[in-house]
Order: sequence, then C-alpha cells, then structure tokens
Amino acid sequence: MKVALPLYPTMIVVLLVSQLPFLLTLWYSLNDWNLATSQDGPEFIGLANYAEIFTEPEFLQAAGNTAIMTVGAVLISFIVGLLLALLVNREFRGRGVVRTLLIIPFLVLPAATALLWKNTMLGTTYGIVNWVIGLVGIPPVDWLGQHPMLSVIIILSWQWSPFFMLILLAGLQSEDPSIIEAAKVDGARSFDRFRYLTWRHLRPYSELSVVLGSIYIIQTFDAVYLAAQGSATTNLPYYLYQRAFRGLEIGQASAMAVIVLIATLIIASIGLRVASNLLKSTEGRAS
Amino acid sequence: MTTRTATELITVTSTRRRRTQGRYGWMLSALTWIVALLTVFPFIWMIITAFKSEVDAVTLPPKLFFEPTLEQFQTAFANNFLPFFQNSITSSVVSVVLVMVLALPAAYALSIRPIRAWRDVMFFLLSTRMLPIAGAIIPIYLISNWLGLLDQTVLLIIMYTAMNLPLAVWLIRSFMVEIPKEILEAARVDGANFYQELWRIVWPMVAPGLAATALLCFIFSWNEFFLARSLTSVQAQTVPLYLVGFISTQGLFLAKLSAASLLATLPVVLAGLLAQKQLVRGLSLGAIK
Repeated sequence: MKVALPLYPTMIVVLLVSQLPFLLTLWYSLNDWNLATSQDGPEFIGLANYAEIFTEPEFLQAAGNTAIMTVGAVLISFIVGLLLALLVNREFRGRGVVRTLLIIPFLVLPAATALLWKNTMLGTTYGIVNWVIGLVGIPPVDWLGQHPMLSVIIILSWQWSPFFMLILLAGLQSEDPSIIEAAKVDGARSFDRFRYLTWRHLRPYSELSVVLGSIYIIQTFDAVYLAAQGSATTNLPYYLYQRAFRGLEIGQASAMAVIVLIATLIIASIGLRVASNLLKSTEGRAS
Repeated sequence: MTTRTATELITVTSTRRRRTQGRYGWMLSALTWIVALLTVFPFIWMIITAFKSEVDAVTLPPKLFFEPTLEQFQTAFANNFLPFFQNSITSSVVSVVLVMVLALPAAYALSIRPIRAWRDVMFFLLSTRMLPIAGAIIPIYLISNWLGLLDQTVLLIIMYTAMNLPLAVWLIRSFMVEIPKEILEAARVDGANFYQELWRIVWPMVAPGLAATALLCFIFSWNEFFLARSLTSVQAQTVPLYLVGFISTQGLFLAKLSAASLLATLPVVLAGLLAQKQLVRGLSLGAIK
C-alpha cells in the first residue's frame, strides 16, 4: 500500500502559503498599481515595470550591492569557515568546548548581531575595534559611515562562518584517514596532501556550503536595515521593502521581486543539482 | 604479509606524527583556542556589558573589573519586554508543533512507504525553501490585510509553519530512511496497520531526530526578522522588533542594548547548543550525517 494521503496537508500548506504568492507577485509585476494613487486597483501594462526598473539607477545599484555583499560575505565566510574547520579537526584539549564556542555566532539573534556590531564593536567612539587599532597607533575609523559595505560584509561573515565551518568539518571528518597516512608515508608535504587529497574530497561539501550560504545571504535584510541603512548598502530585499511598504509601489516592487526570484533560482538550480547527488547517496530503501 | 607491513607502517607513522604534534601541536592548539575566543568575543562582550552600568560600558580602555548590576535587565523588563517575548514564544512554539504534525506523515509518505513521485515532491519542497521570501511578501501582505490577519500572531504562526515545513520534511525523511528495513518488515508480517506502524515503530526510532528538527525550526522562527517587520506593527511584534524599538526609544546605551540582546538571544543559543549534534544535518537539509 502506497498512500499519498499523509502528504496532502503539507502540500496544501506549501502550495497556498509559499507558491501562490509567487504567482501573484508575477501577476502584479505586469500591472501598474500604486496603493496610494491608483484608486481603481491594478491596471495591466505588460512589461513596462521591468523596462522602468532597469533604467532606474537606484535599482541597478541595489542589484550591484546585492552581488558584492553576497559574493564578499560568502567568500570570506567560506575561507574563515575552512580555516576554522581545519583547526578544530585536530585532536587537542578542549576540542568540544572550542567547537561549541565557534557555533555561537550563528545562533545569536541576527538583529542583535547587527546592532551589537554596529555599536559595541564597530562604533566610532566607544567601539572595541577602534580601541584595538588605536593601541598600535591607527586613528579611529568611522566604519559604518565611511565603509558601510565592508562593515555589513564583516557582520555577515561573523554570522555565517560557523555555518561553513560545520559543513566543511563534516566533510573533513568523512575523509578516510588511512589515505592521508599513506600519502604521508610516500613523503607528500602537508600542503600537497591538502591540495591533492583533502581539497578534492571536500569538493561536494564546499559546493553545498557555497550554494546554501549564497541562497541565505542573498536574502540579507536585518544587517542592512539595522546596521547600515543607506544607498551604499541597499540590497534588493531592502530596496524592495522600501518601495513596497514606504512607496506603496506594488507593481514595481513586484517586478523587483521577480528579478530577485530569478537570481535566486539560478543559484538554486545549481543547488538542486548538488542536492540531487547527495540524495542519490542517501537514498537507502526508498528507491 | 602485505597487510601486516601496511599496519606496521601506519603504527610507525602515527608515532612519528604524535612526536611532531608534540613539538608544533601545542602551538596549533593554542592558536585554535585564541581564534575561538576571538570569534566568540563579541558574544562574550555582550554578556559582560549587559551587567555593567552605562558609565562602565563606555569607559576606555574597556573595563574588565567592575561592579556588576542587574539594572539594565530591569530597564529591559520595565520597557515591556514580556509581551514581545510571549509573541516570540507563541509564534515559534506553535509553528514548530504544527510543522511536526504536518511533516511527520509527509516524511513517512516519502520514505517508508514512498509514493511513486517521491523524488519530485522532495525537490518541489526544496525549491520552495530556496525561494527568497522577499519575492512573496507583497501578495502575502495584501492577502493578510484583506483577511484581517495583519499584526496577528496567528499570521506569523502560519508563515513560520510554511517556511520551516520543507526543511522539516527533508530532515525527518533522512532520519526515517535510516530505520532498518527488517524492523518494518517484521511489523508488517505481524499485521501492524498504518497507524500502529507509525506510532509504535517509526515514532520511537525517529524521536531524537524529531527533537533536533524541532529545535532547528524553533531557532529559524525565533530569529526571523523580515516577515515580522513586514507583517506586524504593534500587538504581534516579536523579540527582534523589541530590540529595534528599544534602540529608537532608549537611544544608544550600550549596556541596555547588551542586556536586551542577551535576553533576546538566550533561548536560541540554548536551543542551538542542545541541538548541536544535529546542527550540521539540519543545515545541510539532512544531506550530511
């Protein structure tokens, strides 16, 4: 007996709450509709919203900011995550405690992360970072004022490095130690062992972490909204929020949402391919 | 003969490694500790600052020794922290319960007695998880407004349930796939029906996995900001919005901010540390054991 019945409630909830809205967004994006000015509801205008937003410098900048922010934060988090994973993959005293400590940044409420970094860490007058660089004679830096994008990337990297570390650490631990031993016996230097064995073995884990990390980081809202509002850091989710909720531009904001969707879908389609490989290996009895 | 030499070799090399670890190993271990403490420093600093007076909080060089005070926590509570906390608890806990009730049978139909199109269903669910919520927020807002659900906790419950369902199904399925085939077959031979199989055999075997799944969904709901910001305004606001409001009404006071952040963060850090062992699995949607 194979029953689909237990599946229906879940499918209905997912379809209604997370699929229907996307279709509606697509429809709104083809309409001229401003809640403040259009008295008689939406008016179909085809692709005019898209033509308009693509000539809008603010939109293009937000798209560029999203790309810089996502690539920057993913790259730094990946490198830091990999280094952390390599460090805690060794046997040493207190390994369990260190791993636990390293997970914490990922758990801290992102809204609190944004506010605390903005004020206690990167603050101009009382920030710890400026105090520390002051010890070696570097004058204080107005981090969020002068380097808002860098600040947001630092905040995001702090938050997301543990995510990359956890996935890469799982990869390191699944590596067969006898192969590494054999390579050592053959006289391979540790850098070569990493480059030719570990790095290759890690590849699917690296892909998975980068794809999932990108999908989450592209949606960043808290860090921009709470730490660094301004044109230099406005990414697509924040710009869309402004247009929809402050400008009440339903049609245009929807067109932007569709662009965000397409960008994410491109990353997600790569993600689905990675996931499909992983699903094959965990298939078990279900096939 | 060959195997013996190989074993011997490995023994030799592992003693050699232990020796080199003795020489450089402690330096790497010390480095690891330093890096870990630096990484977690902003969090530790938040805890320390939360117990300071405002004057001590802005003293430079930073004060490590000071007279601890609970004053900032009192301010946080006096500033109406509890209603926000309750909203967060209600929307997170109720949505987690709903997610589990919906995901458990769904995962069952995708693993133990898989329907023919199980693979398509799995990918459909995963694709909804990957879509950015910003892409759906406008219709969600308009429909909620039309239904009179804006600024109601029930709306957040519905949204968080839908948001976490795909993750939960993927994760619970990965636990179910691991139940040994023989146990299920034995139960079926003994004439167990669908519900008996689910509640007597599957449930106890996946219970630890379910607990981890629930904790993860709790973390994601608790930390969620975009939906809470967009869909609530006064009465259904959650803890992240408390922090936002706190800053705008209290101004920039580092000790108060730290105390409020600590209160807001504590439930999730505790949940995360409890679910630590299953965290990787949850984050990789069940792909990594």
